[in-house]
Amino acid sequence: MELMSLEFLVEHVGIFKKFKNFTLNFGPQHPAAHGVLRLILELTGETVFRAEPHIGLLHRGTEKLIEYKTYLQALPYFDRLDYVSMMCQEHAYSLAVESLLNCDIPYRAQVIRVMFSEITRILNHLMAVTTHAMDVGALTPFLWGFEEREKLMEFYERVSGARMHAAYIRPGGVAVDLPLGMLDDIYVFIAQFSYRLNEMEELLTENRIWKERLVDIGVVHQEEALNLGFSGVMVRGSGTCWDLRKVFPYDCYGSLDFYVPFGAHGDCYDRYLLRMEEMRQSLLIILQCLNIMPKGFIKVDDRKISPPARANMKFSMESLIHHFKLYSEGYNVPEGETYKAIEAPKGEFGVFIKSDGTNKPYRCRIKAPGFMHLQTLDFMSRDHLIADVVTIIGTQDIVFGEVDR
Amino acid sequence: MQELTTIEFLNYLNSNYSRYVKKAIFGFSNIDTPGICHIHSHLMGEFIELLVVDQKGNLAQLLDLFAVDYPFKKNRFEINYVFLSLKNIFRVIFKLTVLKDWSVFSLTKFYKSANWLEREIWDMFGVFFYDHPDLRRILTDYGFDGYPLRKDFPITGFKEVRYDDERKKIVLEPIRMTQEFRYFDFTTPWN
Repeated sequence: MELMSLEFLVEHVGIFKKFKNFTLNFGPQHPAAHGVLRLILELTGETVFRAEPHIGLLHRGTEKLIEYKTYLQALPYFDRLDYVSMMCQEHAYSLAVESLLNCDIPYRAQVIRVMFSEITRILNHLMAVTTHAMDVGALTPFLWGFEEREKLMEFYERVSGARMHAAYIRPGGVAVDLPLGMLDDIYVFIAQFSYRLNEMEELLTENRIWKERLVDIGVVHQEEALNLGFSGVMVRGSGTCWDLRKVFPYDCYGSLDFYVPFGAHGDCYDRYLLRMEEMRQSLLIILQCLNIMPKGFIKVDDRKISPPARANMKFSMESLIHHFKLYSEGYNVPEGETYKAIEAPKGEFGVFIKSDGTNKPYRCRIKAPGFMHLQTLDFMSRDHLIADVVTIIGTQDIVFGEVDR
Repeated sequence: MQELTTIEFLNYLNSNYSRYVKKAIFGFSNIDTPGICHIHSHLMGEFIELLVVDQKGNLAQLLDLFAVDYPFKKNRFEINYVFLSLKNIFRVIFKLTVLKDWSVFSLTKFYKSANWLEREIWDMFGVFFYDHPDLRRILTDYGFDGYPLRKDFPITGFKEVRYDDERKKIVLEPIRMTQEFRYFDFTTPWN
């Protein structure tokens, strides 16, 4: 019998046992793919040998469309990129246009913007953490988290009339002033929200199954994380303390007090903890914004950029003309180019605008953090089990609106 | 903490890499507005290789890589590399211009993040990247033809995809529009 062993056959008879990798199509409509990701997995047994993402199923040509729209008309496209962190992207675009227009934003507008950027961060992280938990098998945080998201989207609705695609932060400030009683309600929300976070952490943080699924999965070392172009939570999870709100403060972030948490191991569990901590820091920032909320204008007092109040149009001919010109022709932006980046919940979201002096951008490049993260899926999931691929997609916090653009 | 500023780095490039650098200028006064550096396009690969070894600027990350199309210029495509130095806290944009059917040296050897970014430029502009491990289309459909972000590509495209219920399959047809795409030119005629 010993003569018939595999080694014997290979050595003496020349029979080779050939293994063919099993290829699996992790289809474009898988609920754990967080959208339309087609993933070709090459498996050896249950281990991933190679993962090849096919993206572009949600490609809408945003960059091309923006070239044919005026600066104001291009704004709503930014809501629709990463459709869970809407206002952060409007913020990036507005900053870019403002740097071309060379205009200063009133302080009240800055504080409102920062406040809503942080609300958006909570919206995004709630979505990221809870759907991640759902992919891994915990349904309850998802149900709890989405109730909180509902409340946050109500704040969106109250300022802009839209629950998701707000188009609230605009070049020159914000669209309209906050409604009465809004700040009180935000305060009520943040007073209770940290308890909701505690509840969620009670379910997850020390949960044995959650830790078994996340600890030491998808480890990325610091050097690799930088070389792979990571940003945001992904780069902080790998031990780099890097937050654009701290290093390149935009709007009123420079005067606010908050911490930048960063991880040590670079695994999925660290990134989960970071997201939880970032939500708490966001609460802190919102609280500070509530406290310092100044009185004053909410958009630039320049009628060539920001439209007049609706009431003025009924009485003032000038206002009527300005309104008409701004909403048909738009404003001309001086020639030049700029690259502005903000710390979006997913990472560095950058907007490059090349202006040729007309009312439409000549070229608008959108630097999406998710694009860079998804690129490394192959690297991160190699030699992991199939089930871990889902964990890694979850921890990368992929949203296809911005990956495909 | 911060070893050298953007201006110092750009001056360093101007003086020590004059063979590669056409012109290095500081963008604007804001701290986060990057310095801009124009590079001779055929020497880009060599230049980055030297810079990676040099470690002077500590350009740890290639954040973004994108092209801009200028159809009326001789060197039609302008490729922009956005680099970030985490240690020195600045961004630098390296710019180079290429002819229409010219190729650019791929940076995938030095920065892994360049992989998909270069594929995207290849997809959208048709700029070829020499020495790229896997240069395929990335965002457009399988079997797509043309380079959509070029200025001469119409916004409506050429083909439309639909499901043909009689033939029970997806078909690709030339687009038919009930109304032309309305494009208003607002540039004032009084100048």
